[in-house]
Amino acid sequence: MGTSDLARFQQEFAQALLDPAGPMPPAFAVYRNTVMKGSIDALQANFPAVARLVGEEWFRAAAAVHVRASPPRVPMLLDYGQDFPDFLAAFEPAAELPYLPAVARLDRFWTEAHAARDEALLETAPLAGMEPDRLGGLRLRPHASARWAWFDVPAYTIWSRQRRKEDAGDVTWRGEGALLARPGDAVQSIALDRADCAFLDACREGRTLAEAAEAAVGMLPGADLAALMARLLEAGAFSDEGWT
Amino acid sequence: MPSAGLGLKPSHFAEALAAPADGLWFEVHPENYMVAGGPRLAWLEAVRARHPISLHGVALSLASDRAVDEIHLERLAELVRRFEPALVSEHLAWSTQPGMYFADLLPFPRTSEALARIVANVERAQEALGRRLAIENPSHYLALQGHAWDEIDFLSELARRSGCGLLLDVNNVFVSARNLGASAEAYVDAFPGELVLEVHLAGHSADPALGQALLVDSHDAPVAPEVWALYERLIARIGPRPTLIERDDKLPAFGELMVERARAQAVLRGRLARAA
Repeated sequence: MGTSDLARFQQEFAQALLDPAGPMPPAFAVYRNTVMKGSIDALQANFPAVARLVGEEWFRAAAAVHVRASPPRVPMLLDYGQDFPDFLAAFEPAAELPYLPAVARLDRFWTEAHAARDEALLETAPLAGMEPDRLGGLRLRPHASARWAWFDVPAYTIWSRQRRKEDAGDVTWRGEGALLARPGDAVQSIALDRADCAFLDACREGRTLAEAAEAAVGMLPGADLAALMARLLEAGAFSDEGWT
Repeated sequence: MPSAGLGLKPSHFAEALAAPADGLWFEVHPENYMVAGGPRLAWLEAVRARHPISLHGVALSLASDRAVDEIHLERLAELVRRFEPALVSEHLAWSTQPGMYFADLLPFPRTSEALARIVANVERAQEALGRRLAIENPSHYLALQGHAWDEIDFLSELARRSGCGLLLDVNNVFVSARNLGASAEAYVDAFPGELVLEVHLAGHSADPALGQALLVDSHDAPVAPEVWALYERLIARIGPRPTLIERDDKLPAFGELMVERARAQAVLRGRLARAA
């Protein structure tokens, strides 16, 4: 057997792993099952709110479909499932759960915030005494762990109840935003309104605080900018690195 | 004096940190710590400050038909520099294809060509890590066609050519012997003791479909009595070696694992060792 035979052996073996119908000896199923189980376990660990919402059986069946279509690309399984929210959005059996992809995105945000680079939080003292004009010209950089989005569904309420292992309960049907960040060791989250999201989006794009404020008010006329800024600072949204 | 250690899981971090430090060491899969930052690395730093750790990789894919992935190797090298582990180990297996990772340790026909590839991969990994690797014997489920080498001869030759050491997983020996109809005792007796840098002990389970005819190296149960007997036989012959209690699934309380760890520790201290 030459090395090209080794390559062919591994290609065929790899194909058979992901093809449940392929003809293989019964013991081959151990490899197939182990590979599937490891990848499905990873999705279940990475998307706990989704799994708790739909139940373990449904989740693992859906995850198996996703694993066959998009197996892990790298061995760091904490990072597996980047495409899982989009998969759920297109997954026919999940069509009756329109909030599920958004809940999956929040689970993914949590993982990304959890594993993000360590970075100091913005020191607010130097900003406190600043002239308004100077303050408006600042460009703040979102913290390395900060993840946020606006959802047209009450995703944050649904997600946070699942993460706290509470009953699903009644939910007011409305859009919600959320910010997840890791100001210390633990990931924390807060609800955001459209103005908050627009403000953070503008900061991410490198715009000044004055421009970000304009974007926030444009999205939500009458937004209380002082309260918005206090809320985002408190949540650890900004980095102490790279602001100018 | 070589001592017994435990596989470390995030849910046991607090207890691991607080555990008495008499020779207790911990082993982790480095892939779970390949993150940019955050509490995982901080936890491991804290444990490392009190106990030695060992990095047991599952993804170098040394038996792949191609060269080691340099990006993955650098991720591993970074952890080795940061945590200065007592030992770094990997498997006689493959687990990747380009752009794909399989969460398992996969088999291959033991040919001279495969050996040459693995020797080159182990040499490259040892060069990049600045460490001697310990390579673990696999669990077998299938009687593959095309083996040109006996497994122990293959591992010994790999060690001779690359300078690596070996990790003997006694549960893998038991599971493989049962599945392939070989003698576990003969395997343990023939294994080159001077190359063994670490020993693994784990639990297995019967295949859900095939029952006792097929044992699965599931790491989801206590170490089986037969595996303890093989372990005592091994240690009586080759002397004490760092020994790990491996548990990856159906995780029990930390205290239960510490009981198994104490049993391995007792064997190492010779209290239970019997002449083979």
